[in-house]
Amino acid sequence: MEPSGWAKAPSVLRPGRHFLQGDEACAEGAIAAGCNYYAGYPITPASEIMEHLCRRFARMPGRVFVQMEDEIASIASVVGASWAGARAMTATSGPGLSLMLENIGYAIITETPCVVVDVQRAGPSTGQATRPGQGDVMQARWGAHGDYELIAISPWSVQEAYDETIRAFNLADRFRVPVILLMDEAVGHLRENMTVPDESPIYQRWKDVTRAPFGEAEVPPMPAFGDGASLLVTGSTHDAWGYRRTTNSQAQDQLVTRLVSKILNHGDEIERSFLHLRDDQDLDILLIAYGFTARSALAAARLARQAGVKAGLLRLTTLWPFPDEAVRHAAACAARVIVPELNRGQMLREVQRVAPQAQGYHKTNGEVFAPGEIWAAIQQELAQ
Amino acid sequence: MKKGSTAAILKYIRPRSFPTPFCPGCGHGILLGAILRAVDELALDFSKMLFVSGIGCGGWIPSPHFHTDTLHVTHGRPVAFATGAKLFNPQLQVVVISGDGDLASIGGNHLIHAARRNVNLTVICSNNLIYGMTGGQVTPTTPRGARTLTTPAGNPEPPFDLARLVAAAGATYVARYSVWHIRPLIASIKGALQHSGFAFIEVLSTCPTHYGRRNENPMPAGMLRALKKNCVTLERARSLDPAELAGKTVIGQFVPEPAAPLATAP
Repeated sequence: MEPSGWAKAPSVLRPGRHFLQGDEACAEGAIAAGCNYYAGYPITPASEIMEHLCRRFARMPGRVFVQMEDEIASIASVVGASWAGARAMTATSGPGLSLMLENIGYAIITETPCVVVDVQRAGPSTGQATRPGQGDVMQARWGAHGDYELIAISPWSVQEAYDETIRAFNLADRFRVPVILLMDEAVGHLRENMTVPDESPIYQRWKDVTRAPFGEAEVPPMPAFGDGASLLVTGSTHDAWGYRRTTNSQAQDQLVTRLVSKILNHGDEIERSFLHLRDDQDLDILLIAYGFTARSALAAARLARQAGVKAGLLRLTTLWPFPDEAVRHAAACAARVIVPELNRGQMLREVQRVAPQAQGYHKTNGEVFAPGEIWAAIQQELAQ
Repeated sequence: MKKGSTAAILKYIRPRSFPTPFCPGCGHGILLGAILRAVDELALDFSKMLFVSGIGCGGWIPSPHFHTDTLHVTHGRPVAFATGAKLFNPQLQVVVISGDGDLASIGGNHLIHAARRNVNLTVICSNNLIYGMTGGQVTPTTPRGARTLTTPAGNPEPPFDLARLVAAAGATYVARYSVWHIRPLIASIKGALQHSGFAFIEVLSTCPTHYGRRNENPMPAGMLRALKKNCVTLERARSLDPAELAGKTVIGQFVPEPAAPLATAP
């Protein structure tokens, strides 16, 4: 049997500095993570990921690229390939994520590792296809029906688009769960320098064919089709060996409870957030932001510091599961908290759950925040 | 043990999967047996086969009954899931088994695109002309005039000719038989399993519970007799004029056209 668990894989791209676009860095991160199946459908502003992987996979034997007929088929084939043993990914934007959500729910109940990239644009609906937004935060969290937990990660830079894509693949295999990489148009189309490391950590899927593939262990083993496990995979409620249990209340309760707790019990492995400009003193104002908006917020906090205001930034990289403790801890030292977002306050309410003093600052005109705008919002908040 | 016999195919059945969930008189059990007989007669390595199915009674033919890898997916999407598994691991022999509602209505787009791509899949559509699991609503293959839960005055819409639809989309093996025409059906499934490229078989099945009951044919034997009476072979159909073909279903191998005439129905 192949070894499972953590290992190191040498980088595919030449180690060192590269000048890349966010979408390209995401694609290169996928390649570094061993992604060997990509299915997608064209959509702005995510198409560059598909185009880049199409070119790169063509020279990499064993890596499969396919353009499917729609987003539903894309995620369906990704799940099929994952069960055939692939490290599989698709990428889209908000409208495509909407179409994928039923099968993301299927990936959750069948515990299928896969990575879904959503390069968010201004919505709702077709909205402004080339303009940034952060309006899919709640769609990513609650878009599929039923009760579940999944993992969503939001990179703020080209470097993180690379690093966090690798982490997304590893978390997907570690917890047998779909991981949504919530980029935004501004990060996806951003070009800047990044550093490719010599090697990256890779989590190899546990493939024991002798253990139950849907229970007993908190995160059960996942053999591939053709491994001789006679897998019985179904989106209906099932027992530990996959037999449908469509009216058994105990089976339903056990399955949902395990699907939720296998994520929530491991926040320490999943959550990632960063405190910027934070010293030991109490803060006058704490900004909490993610994605491209965190760049504007960091610049705004620097403007505030220059003006003598003790401002700090808590930057969330893992959005789901929500990092309650990190937010509570950071907010406890700040009299005032502002959550700037390119939406009407989707993450604000989550923050308020653990930091009731938080105020929102929203922008939904299809443009990113200028640092001065957030600095002005800070001044207004301090004047109250 | 004789190849394709009932005793021989029991080894392909997963423990704990009986009794089947099918109603008395359902044709899906006959199709289940026909598929396993074809597998046995070809002596295929069952452990390298993957059966993908969608939602509905037809989706329960392989899942959980077939004792190998089975993937029972969301409504309408089995062809797309199967495409991913097959493209990533071409060593797997991938077979999709699902119903007319699943493959032709909600999943119609995936069906025609997989045919166009000529993905190396075998797709078997168990066509009982009705949504059985949800209680008997009209499907895209329900004949015009037939009564269903959602067409109580008779279906006003014309049905798809599924076999010809998939042939037009580019499938390189297309056939249509019924669960009455068991020998040619098994032969056709064997042909499809040996075919390299996209193979599609439409299998007319029976649903006395939801279709026959509302259309003056409530008994299982009566439904089978209707299949015998209403089906004409492709060869015979060529000599019939349109008036004689009205209300008939043409069965046989549509793509590629067989070089020699097929055995006629028993």
